[in-house]
Amino acid sequence: MKIIKPFLKKLLVPSEMEAYVDSIPKTVGSFGYDPWGYNSETVKICFAVFKFIYDHYFRVTAHGLEHVPARGRVLIIANHSGQLPIDGLLIGTAVGTNHHGPRAPRAMVERFFPTVPYIGNLINQFGGVVGDPVNCSRMLENEETVIVFPEGVRGSGKLFKHRYQLQRFGHGFMHLAIDHNTPIVPVGVVGCEETIPALANIKPLAKLLGFPYVPLAAPVVLPARVILNFGAPMTFNGNQLSDAQIEKNVEQVKQAVRKLIDKGLSERKGWFK
Amino acid sequence: MSTGMKPQILITGAGGALARETMSRLKTKYRIVAVDFRREVEFEYGIPSYHVDINKRNFEDIFRKHDFDGVLHLGRIGPDVSNRFSRYNTNVLGTQKLLELCRKYAVSQIIVLSTYFVYGAGPYNPSLMDESTPKKASELTQELVDAVELENLCIIYLWKHREMKMTLLRPCNIAGPGIRNSMSLLLARRFTPVLIGFSPMMQFIHINDMARAIVTALDKDRPGIYNVAPNDWIAYQDALDECGCRRLPVPSTPPLLTKRISRMLKWKLFPVYLINYLKYPVIIDGGHFTRTFDFQTEYGLRDIFRYYKELKNKKSAPLLK
Repeated sequence: MKIIKPFLKKLLVPSEMEAYVDSIPKTVGSFGYDPWGYNSETVKICFAVFKFIYDHYFRVTAHGLEHVPARGRVLIIANHSGQLPIDGLLIGTAVGTNHHGPRAPRAMVERFFPTVPYIGNLINQFGGVVGDPVNCSRMLENEETVIVFPEGVRGSGKLFKHRYQLQRFGHGFMHLAIDHNTPIVPVGVVGCEETIPALANIKPLAKLLGFPYVPLAAPVVLPARVILNFGAPMTFNGNQLSDAQIEKNVEQVKQAVRKLIDKGLSERKGWFK
Repeated sequence: MSTGMKPQILITGAGGALARETMSRLKTKYRIVAVDFRREVEFEYGIPSYHVDINKRNFEDIFRKHDFDGVLHLGRIGPDVSNRFSRYNTNVLGTQKLLELCRKYAVSQIIVLSTYFVYGAGPYNPSLMDESTPKKASELTQELVDAVELENLCIIYLWKHREMKMTLLRPCNIAGPGIRNSMSLLLARRFTPVLIGFSPMMQFIHINDMARAIVTALDKDRPGIYNVAPNDWIAYQDALDECGCRRLPVPSTPPLLTKRISRMLKWKLFPVYLINYLKYPVIIDGGHFTRTFDFQTEYGLRDIFRYYKELKNKKSAPLLK
């Protein structure tokens, strides 16, 4: 890595991208790491690669990025889709290259990723963290930008026939938002559903491999056009709220995400246009 | 303690580099009595030194002979030394005897050196674990049962006998001149095992900073449980690069294969209990200690790694043997 990382950086990272990442308000240690494994040098390489894919493969259009605060803690809550966490990478790239003030995106990832060689460390270095409430809580205290998909695998693993149908939202993000006085920026993602359309879930194989799902799908990622709509920040307060009150708040966020998805769908002229 | 006399303290594990560094900082303010459970150790400045078995009756003679105001229990035997049963006898039963003696002879202040290993290394560990995070090491490997039990014992005494003011320190990897723990031995090697595809985040504290932390805890006397770690982090394989180590790749999947390789090699540097620590991060939050004792480390990661790099250029480096 001592040779590979500088080589890749020289090959892939333009000077303006490096300056951009360096301008992100983020405290790291003497070797560029933070306690969760985020590495500023790896982030530069990943951003350079993802920005190319973001601009030229998925031709992403992002609206409302001004709603993401330039400083301070924030929870970005989005719908999840597309079998692979492409939506997370695209939201991360949008937030990390935001002209209104770039932020280091931190995504909560599935618990099996740390057990996968190379991938686990790479995800950590790009800002991904095991989806644990303690981690999320500490990152918010650290004034980070945390991306959460409250649908979890229910959203990412859903079949093509259920596209754009929001699944049940977990309540964890709402507890964290209230406990840590954190604004929520809702995001509607349109297009990722069409990147890997899944016809069925091969459950026995998934069980055998220990994966949450194994889709029956084309073995390629289709170049569907992606639209990201960031909504206005939402704030929630209250002490010792009941489950019913929390659910009501979660439903408000879900409605906001649904409206942003509908907005994206109305803007889109076709899957690839 | 007689009026006008310097307070007297007992230091266990006195033959270790950390104890020696700590003693060098304490000798002007305290009358020191040194004990080592493994070997006879000689000191300058006329420090009384004893080689005793912590579980034998003659250990109490030291308490009869000296009037201790404090005890620094640095003599925990690490998992890289001796077998599981012997370690349990020394670390758990021995510590219980030590604490009972402290109670019997009214020793008012006790500092116990533990380790961050007690948290256990696993894929679901959150980062920046604070002192209240459950200790999972004994669930993951039997080799660390004694370390967890030692802590449990101390916590029982901490609450049951509040007249004994006890401070339990859980440092991250201690490294630097003379340190011979498992991580330090890895950094000192020319060829060091790494698990293919895994480079967990790690923390290191310099021996001098750790000695200063112990002295600060003794001076300020604020009982409790504290993680001790600086606010700096590095991936394991990057740390090896900085120390001038060459990587020796070991298959990491399936996990059973890695364990089999470890058992077949019977290599002291790559014991089974260490596999998870070379695979998953155990990052602790040292903020409570930093705030309570107003403590900042003086040595950075680069100072630590420079020592190991320079060590490799010396032909007769003792750690490389």
